[in-house]
Amino acid sequence: MTLVNTMNSWFASLTSPLDLARAGIMGMNGRNCNYVGRYNTRSLYPLVDNKLLTKQIAREHGVCTPALLCEVRTHADINAISTVLGAHTDFCIKPAHGSGGKGILVIKDRAEDGRGYVKTSGSIISEHDLKRHLTNILAGLFSLGGKQDVALIEELIHFDTALAEYSYEGLPDTRVIVFQGFPVMCMVRFPTAESDGKANLHQGAVGVGICLRTGRAVRAVQNNRPIEIHPDMGLDFLSLQIPHFPEILRIASQCYEMSGLGYIGTDIVLDRDRGPMLLELNARPGLAIQICNNAGLLPRLNLVEELIKHTSMTVEERIAFSQKHFGVF
Amino acid sequence: MSRRSFHTLVALTGIVGLLLILYQHLVFGVPFLPGEQKIVWSVDAKIEFQPDDLEQTQVRLALPAVQAEYAQLHQDTTSTGYSVDFVKENHGNFVQWSGNGSSGKQVHHYRTDFVRDPQATRSSITVPTLSEPADPEPYASAMQSIASQVTEQSTDPFSITARIIQEFHEKTDTVSMLLDKYERNQLVVRILSRCGIPARVIGVLSLEDNRHRQHLKQYIAVFRGAAYRIFDSKTGGAILSDHALIWNGNGEPLLDIVGGKNAHVSFSTHKNITSAIGVETGRFSEAVQNLAPSVSFAIGGLPTEEQRLFRSFLLLPIGVVIVVFLRIIVGIKTIGTFMPALIAMSFLQTTLPVGLVAFLVIVGFGLDIRSWLSHLHLLQISRISAVIIVVIALVILLTIFAYQVGLAEQLRLTFFPLVILSWTIERMSVLWEEEGVKEVLRQGGGSLFVAICGYFAMDCAVVEHLTFNFFGLQLVLLSFVMLMGRYTGYRFSELQRFAPLSKQIRTKCNGDQTEPEVIRLKAELSRLKADPGKTSQRWKAQCGDQQEQQK
Repeated sequence: MTLVNTMNSWFASLTSPLDLARAGIMGMNGRNCNYVGRYNTRSLYPLVDNKLLTKQIAREHGVCTPALLCEVRTHADINAISTVLGAHTDFCIKPAHGSGGKGILVIKDRAEDGRGYVKTSGSIISEHDLKRHLTNILAGLFSLGGKQDVALIEELIHFDTALAEYSYEGLPDTRVIVFQGFPVMCMVRFPTAESDGKANLHQGAVGVGICLRTGRAVRAVQNNRPIEIHPDMGLDFLSLQIPHFPEILRIASQCYEMSGLGYIGTDIVLDRDRGPMLLELNARPGLAIQICNNAGLLPRLNLVEELIKHTSMTVEERIAFSQKHFGVF
Repeated sequence: MSRRSFHTLVALTGIVGLLLILYQHLVFGVPFLPGEQKIVWSVDAKIEFQPDDLEQTQVRLALPAVQAEYAQLHQDTTSTGYSVDFVKENHGNFVQWSGNGSSGKQVHHYRTDFVRDPQATRSSITVPTLSEPADPEPYASAMQSIASQVTEQSTDPFSITARIIQEFHEKTDTVSMLLDKYERNQLVVRILSRCGIPARVIGVLSLEDNRHRQHLKQYIAVFRGAAYRIFDSKTGGAILSDHALIWNGNGEPLLDIVGGKNAHVSFSTHKNITSAIGVETGRFSEAVQNLAPSVSFAIGGLPTEEQRLFRSFLLLPIGVVIVVFLRIIVGIKTIGTFMPALIAMSFLQTTLPVGLVAFLVIVGFGLDIRSWLSHLHLLQISRISAVIIVVIALVILLTIFAYQVGLAEQLRLTFFPLVILSWTIERMSVLWEEEGVKEVLRQGGGSLFVAICGYFAMDCAVVEHLTFNFFGLQLVLLSFVMLMGRYTGYRFSELQRFAPLSKQIRTKCNGDQTEPEVIRLKAELSRLKADPGKTSQRWKAQCGDQQEQQK
């Protein structure tokens, strides 16, 4: 009997597909078939899968990215690493084909004796350990499919003070969904203790929906439930205002011309000194952004899809259009 | 490809498939439901010999007798550098290999399939003619005394035979004298002929599943009119026909060799259970192939070993369709795309409970060892190779354990896709490191659920019958898969995932909005569609104004 009851209550917790369609919510199949499959050319995927290529095309289009200190391709490069790094005390090592934050090593300082490196956690690793990590990256230990890889050494990002107080251990990033160059939806992801410093929503990071017109927080969601206060830092999310927001939208919108991909998620970080910078692109952006914004993607996408049939717009016009039609404040 | 041409293609594939099914059903009478199961025995006779140097060699093997209750399905031979002839003579049929110039040990094979068929009545076994006994004394009178003793008590040939054999067990002086002189089977035949009963020594192959290196057993066929019964002269028992295949039934030599030596033949036997339909279509398609080779759709004409392979190949699309359905329409997450379908295939071989336990044990141990391997910082390829070796070792250990416990029959773990299992372990372990144990359990459980659904679908006798006999069904499945590939609707799991969101979107406005965004944007969209030129120009102009303001 209890089984029947739980089944019944479970079925009652479902909604009808008609309700979802009426709310304009986009499902996984719709995204894959009508947007990713239709607007993203397969041959352009390497541009987003390889961080080095992403950086190159960003530079060509004048989009700001974290400065590349050096790229490590061979074992000779590894041996010469200390001379190449020179006086840089803080930097970040990542594999070009890494995913989900694997293989990223953040060094915030040199050890006092000058022979080791200090990680963000405060522990010290020797130069030998650093070189072994680079060897592992080149061998493909952290890369998709275990392929041979290249290591990037980038300048460390110092997060903007406005966001720093909301983030627990990790780097918060701004995700903008860009469709045919129109920013259609935006959120900021904050790592939490639960997500172990990672900015992945399904691991317990907080997602905050952002109004495209003003950069103000719409609402905050953790584990699919609305929240108002940061679980670790105790700050109110709804008073959050993203600094440099127009610049963020401009970078995001430019990514369309830059990559040629029609439906992308752009991950942008804010640096204290250098402002917004493009971190990476995603050719299959997730759907949870709808929950953070309390809005479906489909009405916005449909409007853009119809509009571009009749007119073409510059980056500035596209941003202005999105701000006017998709803003909530 | 446009939506319309895609749908035409899908519909065309489906319709051609359905028409093929109908065609096979109506024209060839292939039924939609499986009939009774029939037992097919595959027999392999292996002939080995040493040819004399540079001599013309001729090897001749007697073919199995045509007999009641067995119908021969097909036969073939293998040999290298020899010509093969099937020879028909008065006292039986032979296969004859001829060749010359070969040296070293030679091996020929003769393979054939027999089906148990109660309706089969044809027989090539002739009633032997009674000849005038010409035995020397004192043996002739000793035989005669036994003969007259048993005929006094009975007149039925079969009970007389039983009595004669019983007499042999008495171990009287007469019997020991006769057995010293004559071979036991020959003696029974001679005494029977003195009673006026025709009988003959025949070679019989006993049919047991997976038996190798068997030899023919010598038994006695005793005739009553045209009917016969087979007796074992040692026990006196009658040999039942369901596990005995008469090979040389007319007393012909089993193997003849000219130009060679050390010739001997050994048999191996395998049992296959097939639906009666498969057997029928096998016969039928042979007939059709002779008429017009291209008309045959059935695989029934192939040897049973290949048939069994195809049977599982043709089931796989069912498993694949289920995987596609559960992933795209229901939205269950699985580890590896088609891993569940392959696991379901192996469950078919092991039965579900045994397969489940074996799967969990192997994956559990595999994960344990994999977590230890990850401390070694191996590269991916060598890490997976290590896992494959560990999985093979686990499978062997489990099988040995099962033999000890006596579960050997069910535990056919060799059917587990080892490489797929290793990849499953690798993916699970990466998932564990990156997303935590909850996600491993969720996706692992999802995969097992899909595998179990696939197992139940493929285990069904009707499904197996349909996939095996109707090629058209594959086309229908293909059209289903294509159709699902273009399904853009919601997944069943999304009905739960987005349930709270859809409720909130309809009840709560964001920020300064006074009406839900969905309604406003829908209105704007219809305005745009109504007058695209003007509306888009106006909106574009507004964008310009807005930029001005911001500056």
